[in-house]
Amino acid sequence: MKPTDPESRGPALTRRRLLTAGVIVPVTGAAAARVIQGDMPWQESEAAAPPAATHGPAQSGYLFFAAAEGVFVEAAVARLIPKDDLGAGALEAGVPTFIDRQLAGDYGRGQDWYMQGPWGEGEPTQGYQTRLTPASLYRIAIREIDDAVNKEGRAGTFAKLGADDQDRWLKQLEEGKAQLATADAKSFFQMLMQNTLEGFWADPIYGGNKDMVGWKLIGFPGARYDHSPFVTKHNQRYPLPPVAISGRPEWSKG
Amino acid sequence: MAQRLPPVDAVVIGFGWTGAIMAQELTDAGLNVLALERGAWRDTPTDFAPTFAQDELRYYFRHALFEKLAHETLTIRNNPGQTALPMRRLGSFLPGTNVGGAGVHWNGQTWRFLPSDFVARSHNLQRYGASALPADMTIQDWGVTYDELEPHYDRFEYLCGISGKAGNLNGAIQEGGNPFEGPRKREYPNPPMAMTLPPTLFAEAARSLGYHPFPQPSANMSRAYTNPLGVQLGPCTYCGFCEKFACGNYSKASAQTTILPVLMRKPNFTLRTESEVIKINLDSTGKRAVSVSYVDASGKEYEQPADLILLTAYILHNVRLLLVSGIGKPYDPVSGQGVIGKNYAYQITSSVNVFYDDKILNPFIGAGAHGMLVDEFNGDNFDHSGLGFIGGGFIGIVQTGARPIETHPVPDGTPHWGSAWKKAVAQNYLKSTSVATHGAVMSHRTNYLDLDPTYRDVYGRPLMRMTFDFTDNEHRMSDYLTDKAAEIARAMKPREIKVNKRKGSWDVVPYQTTHNTGGAIMGTDPATSAVNRYLQSWDVPNLFVFGASAFPQNPGYNPTGTVGALTYWAAEAIRTRYLKAPGPLA
Repeated sequence: MKPTDPESRGPALTRRRLLTAGVIVPVTGAAAARVIQGDMPWQESEAAAPPAATHGPAQSGYLFFAAAEGVFVEAAVARLIPKDDLGAGALEAGVPTFIDRQLAGDYGRGQDWYMQGPWGEGEPTQGYQTRLTPASLYRIAIREIDDAVNKEGRAGTFAKLGADDQDRWLKQLEEGKAQLATADAKSFFQMLMQNTLEGFWADPIYGGNKDMVGWKLIGFPGARYDHSPFVTKHNQRYPLPPVAISGRPEWSKG
Repeated sequence: MAQRLPPVDAVVIGFGWTGAIMAQELTDAGLNVLALERGAWRDTPTDFAPTFAQDELRYYFRHALFEKLAHETLTIRNNPGQTALPMRRLGSFLPGTNVGGAGVHWNGQTWRFLPSDFVARSHNLQRYGASALPADMTIQDWGVTYDELEPHYDRFEYLCGISGKAGNLNGAIQEGGNPFEGPRKREYPNPPMAMTLPPTLFAEAARSLGYHPFPQPSANMSRAYTNPLGVQLGPCTYCGFCEKFACGNYSKASAQTTILPVLMRKPNFTLRTESEVIKINLDSTGKRAVSVSYVDASGKEYEQPADLILLTAYILHNVRLLLVSGIGKPYDPVSGQGVIGKNYAYQITSSVNVFYDDKILNPFIGAGAHGMLVDEFNGDNFDHSGLGFIGGGFIGIVQTGARPIETHPVPDGTPHWGSAWKKAVAQNYLKSTSVATHGAVMSHRTNYLDLDPTYRDVYGRPLMRMTFDFTDNEHRMSDYLTDKAAEIARAMKPREIKVNKRKGSWDVVPYQTTHNTGGAIMGTDPATSAVNRYLQSWDVPNLFVFGASAFPQNPGYNPTGTVGALTYWAAEAIRTRYLKAPGPLA
């Protein structure tokens, strides 16, 4: 979703503008630029709201992940944010679905990133320098982690390991100590951790944070628009439950 | 072959804060003004309506309001010995794009610099002697004084409806304001914002240590406001989605909420969006700009002639356009000669997390400039003798809103994930806050901007190359500020604190601040500055370069207040002098 991209807004608006006097002044030949003169070019019913995450195919539920990849991510995020006595973890919050939808979209393609070569490793202070998109990094890293786990001989894949062994592997990835065939273990762990946090706490419209469980865990009230009555109510617990962009479950008919 | 368009009186390159102010000023003066913006039109009800503006993933982590690096980026390195590589993902700073620029997603922290900041070189030499300035520190005086800028600060503050408390009215120190600020002629247009508990606790602790806390000057409205142009802003709702977000409530000053409703209706103003200027064209003498070349979204090129050219893009784009247009002599860090790209600077930040057991802080309530601060350790407000650095910064709690993907602090020693981490996040989220420091960066011989020899943008032009690192001066200063911040944090009587000093080289990965400065600096000597004290190019007098690219070094405050003041200062010189007799103003 790129509401501010010229491509996604230009042509439709121009056609509509021609119906509204005085706003758009066509300039000879300047078809791909927008000329605004004489008024604020604001139109009702044009709001660029975020699209809800789409449903996946009935069989796997995933748009991007192959079956083995989905199993890996489900197992991994369940260790990063586990279900415990405090309640739902990342798996129950739908984080695998969130990550799947992200990887299937603009983010997974690295669409906004500068991806022209030449490529160099650089210093850590120069940041991300691999040519892999997030989707490619997940695909390659998961395959190579499962291969490495298999080689270790305790289980065929990461998902089949016991919780303690999964934690040991995650820690090795985090510290860059796991030797993968080609993927950078540390980069993959950082991306997986970041995406897990996103899926746990982003608005539910993107497929994670199911029933706002991430927000309820910490007491974040979500997409509320006006906190002004509570600014000076010091040291008092905020009285209202969280709200998502699409509202609260009880607000919809069904 | 570029299509040549009919000439206009003035063309504005980039339509954010400075472009909108200059278009408003020059259309008022009767000129036909055309603004060229590379991005799209953008307004409140369409692009960040209150029904969906509070979306941390879309706006911050997926960068809906920021520059797309696939289209344009820059290369980065810490020193001239390294090979610069592209900034492939956004991190340390977040340049804007589209109408309103970064002024749409700013916090609204709106400062005046100290009178001594404008004479940083001569002031420090006079007070501390030549030995206080290291040989490679290239700080300069600005060529404009605080007193000259005072009326223009005032204009920008009243345009925006800044909420605050004066600390110095015509030389008389005011209780509750910042006693260190330069004298101002009148109060802020709006009273300070209401305060949540954390800034209140900070102020109490700071006062107990003998400091003088005051409310952050804020472009978030503390009440409904109608500005001098007749544009209305609504009271801030403290929703906590301000920094890195756009306001759905018309409560944060931006070009959209203060100028455009008036400017866009003027018959002598035209805006062309999806129109990216790729070059400023000079005549055969090289002393006069005759036109700009721009490209529309389909890649078609146009030549737009204009008498007066106003470069009003973000600082990084201002400097790059000068370099690719061959205007001014590029800076050479070896000889120290040349001016374009010289004295790039940034800011240095650190923080101290504060954890309570017994207080509910509701950190999600917030606004971009909602906080209490102390200025005892900014600029030259304290004696630097024997400290081994110059400059300083402010310290305080600015509660911008603890959006959970970004902000979920845990104490030292907590695992990074798993059940113990989850428990610590759940225990501490509502009971923690953070004291921040925000420090100056002095300019340095090897911190500069030039064109990259290897990497290209979508048009095949060289990317700009940024060579930058924090020097010993910045680290000593920031450590000093952080120690003071920790002392105040302890006086807040929490369960525990966690000190986060800024260590090592500048790193492009973690977000720090979008306060990039310099590269086309102002001054009084064409040998050492790119523009004169009216922001007019020394080399091409019908070209003016606006924004923080003019800062010779970066003081310890957020830049936008001074960017606004400099714009009005230059606008006045253009209106009262240049338009009557076009030519060099200095």
